[in-house]
Amino acid sequence: MYEKNGEKYFVVDSHMHFWNAGPDNWVPGAEQYAKGWIECFHAYQSLAPKETHWPIEKFMSYTEDDLMKDVFEDGYVDVAIFQPTYLKEWYTEGFNTTEKNAGLGEKHPGMFVLNTRFDPRDGDNGLVELKANVDRYGSRGVKLYTAEWNNGSRGYKLTDPAAYRYLEKAQELGIKNIHVHKGPTIWPLDKDAFDVSDVDHAATDFPELNFIVEHVGLPRIEDFCFMATQEPNVYAGLSVVIGGLMAARPHFFAKVMGELLFWVGEDKMTFGSDYGIWEPKWQIEGFVDWEFPDAPEFADYPRLGVEGKKKILGLNAAKLYDLKVPDELQLADAAPAAQDDAKLVTQ
Amino acid sequence: MTAAVAERSRVLTALDAVRDPELDEPITTLGFVSECIVSAAGDVRVRLRLPTYFCAPNFAFLMVADAYDVVSALPEVRSADVALEDHFASAEINAGVAARAGFAVSFAGEAVGELDELRRTFLSKAVLAGTDQVCRPLLAAGLDPAALATMTIGETPPSAQLERLCRRRAELGLRTDPSAPLLVDPGTGDPITGAAVSLHLGRARLAKVGIEANTGICRGMLRHRYGTTGAGEEEDE
Repeated sequence: MYEKNGEKYFVVDSHMHFWNAGPDNWVPGAEQYAKGWIECFHAYQSLAPKETHWPIEKFMSYTEDDLMKDVFEDGYVDVAIFQPTYLKEWYTEGFNTTEKNAGLGEKHPGMFVLNTRFDPRDGDNGLVELKANVDRYGSRGVKLYTAEWNNGSRGYKLTDPAAYRYLEKAQELGIKNIHVHKGPTIWPLDKDAFDVSDVDHAATDFPELNFIVEHVGLPRIEDFCFMATQEPNVYAGLSVVIGGLMAARPHFFAKVMGELLFWVGEDKMTFGSDYGIWEPKWQIEGFVDWEFPDAPEFADYPRLGVEGKKKILGLNAAKLYDLKVPDELQLADAAPAAQDDAKLVTQ
Repeated sequence: MTAAVAERSRVLTALDAVRDPELDEPITTLGFVSECIVSAAGDVRVRLRLPTYFCAPNFAFLMVADAYDVVSALPEVRSADVALEDHFASAEINAGVAARAGFAVSFAGEAVGELDELRRTFLSKAVLAGTDQVCRPLLAAGLDPAALATMTIGETPPSAQLERLCRRRAELGLRTDPSAPLLVDPGTGDPITGAAVSLHLGRARLAKVGIEANTGICRGMLRHRYGTTGAGEEEDE
């Protein structure tokens, strides 16, 4: 919970990780990819305020204690949602797996949501594994990494028939939320691997599922926004937007927020720190303090008030995952919220 | 000025014409040219670098191939050695470009087509973003958005932004003559009129913001990866 100016914010970190990317976990023969991957992530961290940067050694292999302190003790987070990323072609035990996350989750009941993942190229075995993970960890969400390498394949689309078979199975198992991450990938090389149109089709064909596009489809924000405006079950995952732009490029951050508020709306945006790329503390503090610069180029964008920030920082994700929110952290009923909005518009 | 120094400046000017297709900005000003050496005999060595090890290889290929083409086309250049460094697909890209093999051959089995369609997709985004750059100042100066629907290129006040927009439109094969409409669908070239104008301007603004955000992130990552200024790089804002 974060408190500022008498307002209390229930915080759900809807996109974070507990990874091991140290040399001890690199697949022999694939070291350059394992190293290149984590160095690329580390470069993203450089976009945060300087005092929050970590040396690469810590960044590769931060500990359980680091995570608990950064996310919960210092970071105001009430519930954190693990989003596993396997990358087993590069990392021997996986980059961050459902099992590794669960090890932490089981020690701290109620603090984590344990999402799992699937890969439609894993055939029948993958479906068995998906069911086993849902049964064991109670997963209600999956993280899909469409660019993951798998047995010579360099990626897939959500519209592949195999992917639809998995989405059907996931729905049957009680999965509600599909977190999609696009790129980087090298397959198909001659196509745009960051293209989000497959999410558009899947969202139309699976109206009962929610599709949270992580990193708002970066670098395809414009395609993502235009798609999300038409699909009621498509959400914007804000990780990277806040972490990568708010401190480093405040002017562009304001514009991206403006576009997201305009096309997607504050009811369908969710905060995610992307820990361990970025610590949540500075992101939450900065976001609560943030407002549009006073310049004509921002005048057309919808305003974001305290209620909207509460939704984005936690209440929207809490709704997606049926998380219990203490009464004092709920929004006041709809009427005052509307008044608030009206006040902001006329100010 | 020695001949080699003069030639280096010609090579850098030629490289200014090579753009990152996604960011729609020259590779020189982005800092992607890490090295540009020209010998007295006219042998040119150019090295390119990107913000991350995993930057999309299709875009990388386009930039290396375009750089090779503009450098080797210069009359005083005897040989051109253009290569990408520190990228997971450097070997395939550099070999393919040096052999002028094309993209599909360079990545046999992993790509089936060339990159023309990809380039068109991003040129379309550049046209949309360019439309925003031209229209926004007009609207800020009080022009009625409805008036844009009937405005032609010839009626649009001249500006550097308009020239740039026309160059992008020409690359896409869209009309740029004075009687051509200012607002067109970049895919079809059809004029945008009536109620569609406001949505079109919204998408144009969105495309511009998308490019700006990507550029901001790429510049930050490149600066973290390399502490040095690229050849022909402009200081960032």
